[in-house]
Amino acid sequence: MANVVTSKKACTVNPLKMSQPIGAVLAFLGLDQCMPALHGSQGCTAFGLVLFVRHFRENIPLQTTAMNEATTILGGMDNIEQAILNIWNRAKPRIICIASTGLTETKGDDVDGYIKLIRQKHPELADLAIVYVSTPDYKDAFQDGWSRAVTQLVQELVEPGSVIPRQVNVLAGSHLTPGDIEEVRDTVEAFGLDPIILPDLSGSLDGHIPEEFMPTTMGGTTLADIRRMGASQFTIAIGEHMRPAAQALEDKADVMFKVLDRITGLEASDRFIALLAELSGNPVPNKYRRQRGQLMDAMLDGHFFFGGKKIAIGAEPDLLWSIGNLLAEMGCEIGVAVTTTHSPLLEKMPAAEVLIGDLEDMEQRARGCDLLITHSHGRQMAERLEIPFLRMGLPLFDRLGAGHRLSVGYRGTRDLIFEIGNLFMANAHEASPATWMPPQQECHDCAPATTH
Amino acid sequence: MTTLAKKVQEVFDEPACGKNQGKSEKERKKGCTKQLTPGAAAGGCAFDGAKIALQPITDVAHLVHGPIACEGNSWDNRGAKSSGSRLYRTGFTTDVNELDVVYGGEKRLYKSIREVIEKYDPPAVFVYQTCVTALIGDDVEAVCKAAGAKFGKPVIPINAPGFVGNKNLGNKLAGEALLDYVIGTLEPEYTTPYDINIIGEYNLSGELWQVKPLFDKLGIRILSCISGDAKYQEVAWSHRARATMMVCSKAMINITRKLEERYGIPYFEGSFYGISDMSESLRQTSKLLVQRGAPAELLERTEALIKEEEAKAWQQLEPYKARLAGKKVLLITGGVKSWSVVSALQEVGMEIVGTSVKKSTVEDKERIKELMGQDAHMLDDMTPREMYKMLKEARAEIMLSGGRSQFVALKAKMPWLDINQERHHAYAGYDGMVALVREIDRALYNPIWEQVRKPAPWET
Ligand code: SF4
Repeated sequence: MANVVTSKKACTVNPLKMSQPIGAVLAFLGLDQCMPALHGSQGCTAFGLVLFVRHFRENIPLQTTAMNEATTILGGMDNIEQAILNIWNRAKPRIICIASTGLTETKGDDVDGYIKLIRQKHPELADLAIVYVSTPDYKDAFQDGWSRAVTQLVQELVEPGSVIPRQVNVLAGSHLTPGDIEEVRDTVEAFGLDPIILPDLSGSLDGHIPEEFMPTTMGGTTLADIRRMGASQFTIAIGEHMRPAAQALEDKADVMFKVLDRITGLEASDRFIALLAELSGNPVPNKYRRQRGQLMDAMLDGHFFFGGKKIAIGAEPDLLWSIGNLLAEMGCEIGVAVTTTHSPLLEKMPAAEVLIGDLEDMEQRARGCDLLITHSHGRQMAERLEIPFLRMGLPLFDRLGAGHRLSVGYRGTRDLIFEIGNLFMANAHEASPATWMPPQQECHDCAPATTH
Repeated sequence: MTTLAKKVQEVFDEPACGKNQGKSEKERKKGCTKQLTPGAAAGGCAFDGAKIALQPITDVAHLVHGPIACEGNSWDNRGAKSSGSRLYRTGFTTDVNELDVVYGGEKRLYKSIREVIEKYDPPAVFVYQTCVTALIGDDVEAVCKAAGAKFGKPVIPINAPGFVGNKNLGNKLAGEALLDYVIGTLEPEYTTPYDINIIGEYNLSGELWQVKPLFDKLGIRILSCISGDAKYQEVAWSHRARATMMVCSKAMINITRKLEERYGIPYFEGSFYGISDMSESLRQTSKLLVQRGAPAELLERTEALIKEEEAKAWQQLEPYKARLAGKKVLLITGGVKSWSVVSALQEVGMEIVGTSVKKSTVEDKERIKELMGQDAHMLDDMTPREMYKMLKEARAEIMLSGGRSQFVALKAKMPWLDINQERHHAYAGYDGMVALVREIDRALYNPIWEQVRKPAPWET
């Protein structure tokens, strides 16, 4: 049980948090033939685009309604209309998804109303899906934007239908990489089930090389699939922040759901596998029985290096929950837990305190820890503190393969244990004569004169 | 008219801008930032431009006043290097919340400035205005003034909220802030007849350090660089230089011109990219210094150095000439650097099959025409699809561009080289030119191309 506190500073230093609108954008990037756009000024889009390009090392389709001072004050109806028409004419997407920004929310644009008017004015857009989500920058954080975007997609696009046997929905949280999602798909399919994954970054941002140039996303959940989600037998939501979307699906199409708070760790993976066995009525395939054994073996081999280690983690709530719990289950102490936004998970964290704060807060508390875990922006802190550093989360701009990192299921957990265990091993301190010297004595020889 | 609107107007009115000289007064007032097309726009905002221009000042705390989007999504993502303080890489933002938006964010800003000064004690704090806080009417100038008086430190407002325009405008508004609040406020310990300013050089990947040894060899002192690897005090005493070199086309022309107007410092426009451009820049620098009273022997020493350095560079380039001659390059940059890179590549015999001139000025376009001949393929607004086609059909063999468009080339299984902000290599000066050519050669001749272009065996 953790005490959840919010940083009291006026000034955020070295942000851990990123904004809601780009969280929504990333969710939209998991849809097939989609063009996401931010309703705001050009800079917000440019920053989001650069961020994702550097993380995924992939082309990122993302547009802007290009608001300026005057259009903001007058209202953005014209800009949204033009943006939709221009995107439609130039990129021919199946779906345009718009997220608001702080600027247009401050003004209070009625975008839903605008879209209704635009639909009336332009019957030629009848086949184009348009989804709008409200995501002011000055509220909440990245994963909230993702969560709202997915909920909105469900509310607007899913159609109720009679149950298609074996079809299941998977609502994937923002803490899952394309590699994680691929693992989830393989696992679900191994039980003879047909998953529809929303959003599906493994289809769009997995690094495939298309034969033709596409101005929109290439791959991801198709519009038809989203509509069919109402006919699924069941919904599995991965990550607490997917609960609202799962609830919306149930409300709209009567599809029952279960939220898996995480699928990293032995017991967490067991729950996932057991659920699939139950849903499918099939026995657990041999492959997973073998992988389960390998994970247990990794835990046995690795626990020597994990026991008693103190860890500092800075991550969005659902990633913090997944990784923090795994490490606690391996015998580590979560010495520092910093996160970006509220979540019902926070007070259940296996840590004394969870702080909603920034990387400066993390750095101040992390002295004496054995490992730092956060996104690439932790690099300066790691250098200053000289503590081993594992990059997790988003953005990872100074490492290759961010999209293919795997940390879910038996296999993903196994490899993560190896990776972290190797960091501990590589940084283990060799014994020297000084190791057991009483600290007092050592001080007499080396401390500067001022202390006496 | 608000002070910001006036500033924007003033910047648009820039008399030293070649484009402006051909315009009527009314046209000039309209400004040079094209209206963006919603749904078909690209590029950063004015705040982004201001940050690019000023963040390289290393010992200053750069505090962004706005919601998390502006700083949280973008901090520590630029390649400017520092020889001293790392403070410029620390992300400071007021991260305003809903209550601030309703009741105003000035209090939070004031408190933030205090926290930054108490914790980090920088020589100055730069406060960047952004869209939301501008819209709700936070008076950044007044807060900075009050905080500066209270804490006894320069607290400088950088009033370039994103929605006033593009990056280029932001560069210029940043320049205005330096002129209004920083330049001329400190005096250097001593001056010499060999003191220069370099303006518009950001020390990306350490490029300033690539050319500094050349100036050092001539005994020329870089009194201030605005803003690569600069300390606050160096910018503050830049008015004592004898001459200014303005790098990178027109990005900071306003500073350069006003240094001339106010303090009589003459300037020239030069580039560090390419052998002949580098030599020309050294030559011009020495010429201006001698005009301002430096001993004339500087000119001879300069020529001697140029001769030596050029010979060395050509010798190093020699082995590449045969390998690169006739290779077809597609050059997509912001436009401002086009002509200097064009001439650099032509020096080793590469053929430029197209270059983007989207953001280039009339002068830039003229220079490109001079270099590439009348039938220069200047592409005003090439779509990614067209670039992709050009590469896929091998009408271009390598693309040089910024990071965002890299996948156009890579997904066509064609070589690409980063020549914008986030690049990892330094390409300035004689050494830089050799490095650029070496990187092009490495990209073109990497053995992966043959492998990835071959279809899978079961597909043949
Ligand atoms: S456009 Fe405005 S809100 Fe967006 S990043 Fe630029 S300054 Fe910030």
